[in-house]
Amino acid sequence: MSTKAKARPATAPVVFTANRLRDGRVVWFGAEGIWQDRIAAVTPFAPEAAETGLAEAQQAERQQQVVGVYAVEVGPGPTPLKFRERLRVSGPSVAAEAA
Amino acid sequence: MNALTYPPHARTYRYDEIDREFLQERIAEFRGQVERRLKGELTEDEFKPLRLMNGLYLQLHAYMLRIAIPYGLLNSAQLRQLGRIARRWDRGFGHFTTRQNIQFNWTRLEDVPAMLEALAEVDMHAIQTSGNCIRNTTTDEYAGASPDEVVDPRVYAEILRQWSTLHPEFTWLPRKFKIAITGSPHDRVAAQVHDVGVLAKRNARGEVGFEVYAGGGLGRTPIIARKLRDWVPEAEFLAYMEAVLRVYNALGQRDNIYKARIKILVRDLGAEFTQMVEREYERMPRDKYRLDPEIVAAIGAHFAPPPFAALQDQPLPEDREFRAWAAASIRAHKQPGYASVTISLKPIGGIPGDASADQMEAVADLAERHSFGEIRVTHVQNLVLPHVRQEDLFTLWQGLRAAGLATPNIGLISDIIACPGMDYCALATARSIPIAQQISERFADLDRQHAIGECFINISGCINACGHHHVAHIGILGVDKRGEEVYQITLGGSATNDASIGELIGPAFSYDTIVDAVETLIATYVAHRTAGERFIDTYRRLGAAPFKEALYAPA
Ligand code: HEM
Ligand code: SF4
Repeated sequence: MSTKAKARPATAPVVFTANRLRDGRVVWFGAEGIWQDRIAAVTPFAPEAAETGLAEAQQAERQQQVVGVYAVEVGPGPTPLKFRERLRVSGPSVAAEAA
Repeated sequence: MNALTYPPHARTYRYDEIDREFLQERIAEFRGQVERRLKGELTEDEFKPLRLMNGLYLQLHAYMLRIAIPYGLLNSAQLRQLGRIARRWDRGFGHFTTRQNIQFNWTRLEDVPAMLEALAEVDMHAIQTSGNCIRNTTTDEYAGASPDEVVDPRVYAEILRQWSTLHPEFTWLPRKFKIAITGSPHDRVAAQVHDVGVLAKRNARGEVGFEVYAGGGLGRTPIIARKLRDWVPEAEFLAYMEAVLRVYNALGQRDNIYKARIKILVRDLGAEFTQMVEREYERMPRDKYRLDPEIVAAIGAHFAPPPFAALQDQPLPEDREFRAWAAASIRAHKQPGYASVTISLKPIGGIPGDASADQMEAVADLAERHSFGEIRVTHVQNLVLPHVRQEDLFTLWQGLRAAGLATPNIGLISDIIACPGMDYCALATARSIPIAQQISERFADLDRQHAIGECFINISGCINACGHHHVAHIGILGVDKRGEEVYQITLGGSATNDASIGELIGPAFSYDTIVDAVETLIATYVAHRTAGERFIDTYRRLGAAPFKEALYAPA
């Protein structure tokens, strides 16, 4: 289903991200087991627990609440290690409202 | 419901009852699909092809709805409605694209059926703006207005639209298919980098015919198209197009997405491709496809000239600021006393191609007052008011200025094409919008821009090349290098009659140094140019060497 789910094994703590089905907005999933609007509200899985985390996260995909679940390696914050996912956290780096 | 209060003289194609009924059925169908998806009765795998057929993508931060603007023509009622949609269901703005369409970046799935209803009220939709079908045909933004026009391309673009919309044989092509058509000897549609490019012309007897190119494209493998035919008679136009599509449909490489476009087939087969098209064309029941002159005339009637007044050409008012805007934005018209006006959607430091709902409404009002209610979207991501009285230009300029739409930079270095890049696009490898913003800020001084002269900078956020970087004088491609955004430069591209693919100049630059690199290129050009030479001319005369040296020589 989601294409990026089977990435290489995690070496850093991970959270999961997806788009919410209803409105497409970015959401985050951590050890609490609840999809959240803000990454700050989730607790990362340890690298060893990434597989279990993925299975839990994908449950929401099977229940058709979110789309395109994939793992995101994070540092403290949690803050994604990769730039692309930092943009998913912050939204566009350019003005995203009418001037 | 039908809220059509169209400006009476706008020359956009008008739907009949059958078209409107079809749209209503199609929206009802998609509404049902969205409801089933929201209830969880359809999985994403099941739903994705359905939503894509209706122009709905899923991007980085939200869904994105891409709306077709057939060959870039809008009337004021349609543009006003786009503004309303932006305000009601998006974040108050929209993004005009190089394919003369508009995208809304913050669409919610649950709102899409209502958005489609609102579009249908003004005879618009999002069908065939995605997927492996024939996409929106693009054409010259000055159609029906340009003094050098030989044939009005809108007539044939509309014929192509009717032929390609829901064409059962071409709904599942090996890959997407893009057609551009121009009716003037000066190619303003980038015909040679489209899957099919068409040049409408006339023979000595004044009859209409078409020069047909195929197999051009950008993306991962940029290729300049091959000329298939110098002359296809008007009556045979659809038969010939059908033959091209059939050969592609049968032989395009469906099993490899990187090789599925027609450009790869044409490149690999060469002259053999042309022969296969000819053979297909010969054996087709051509009568079935014959374009009757009456049909052409009936469609042509939609694009008859608006009721122009008998006027004389006029000198422009003296105001210095107005003159600067006019020098960049006004173009000669075939009707004495009129002009075409290009409206820049490239304010200094702004997002190329973005317009706010207020601006869309302002342009709709100004079009109604000054251009028979007609607006065009250009493939450079600007807007055009095609038919403005010269005596109205000053008032129009004041109106545009009040709406923040009078940046006098058309064709200059800050008139940049940029794709959404990583700020919105899920496929991106780097951002493109902020690079465009920084370049336009660096070159903000208008006197300097005029001194530099015509120079096209195009920026793409990944190899798919939606920002046309290959055919820019200075092309910028953002790539990912170990998690970092870096930018490659290509030089010497062109999208017009002398179409060429830019050459990679050397190693990539970082996000922080790419604007300096552009500055270095411009300084090198200014130092070496001879009188009247544009950037591209100097580059073609001297080659890459002086530019390379300036960029990479140890300081
Ligand atoms: C944000 C969502 C978008 C996605 C997912 C997307 C996707 C793609 C892909 C995958 C290609 C490569 C096709 C191929 O080589 O087979 C492509 C090409 C292209 N796209 Fe986009 N694109 C997007 C936005 C845009 C925008 C905003 C524009 C106009 C500004 C645009 C105009 C084009 C053009 C002109 C090409 C190159 C010509 C061609 O090879 O077809 N696209 N796009
Ligand atoms: S070029 Fe790449 S980054 Fe830019 S819009 Fe196209 S697919 Fe997205």
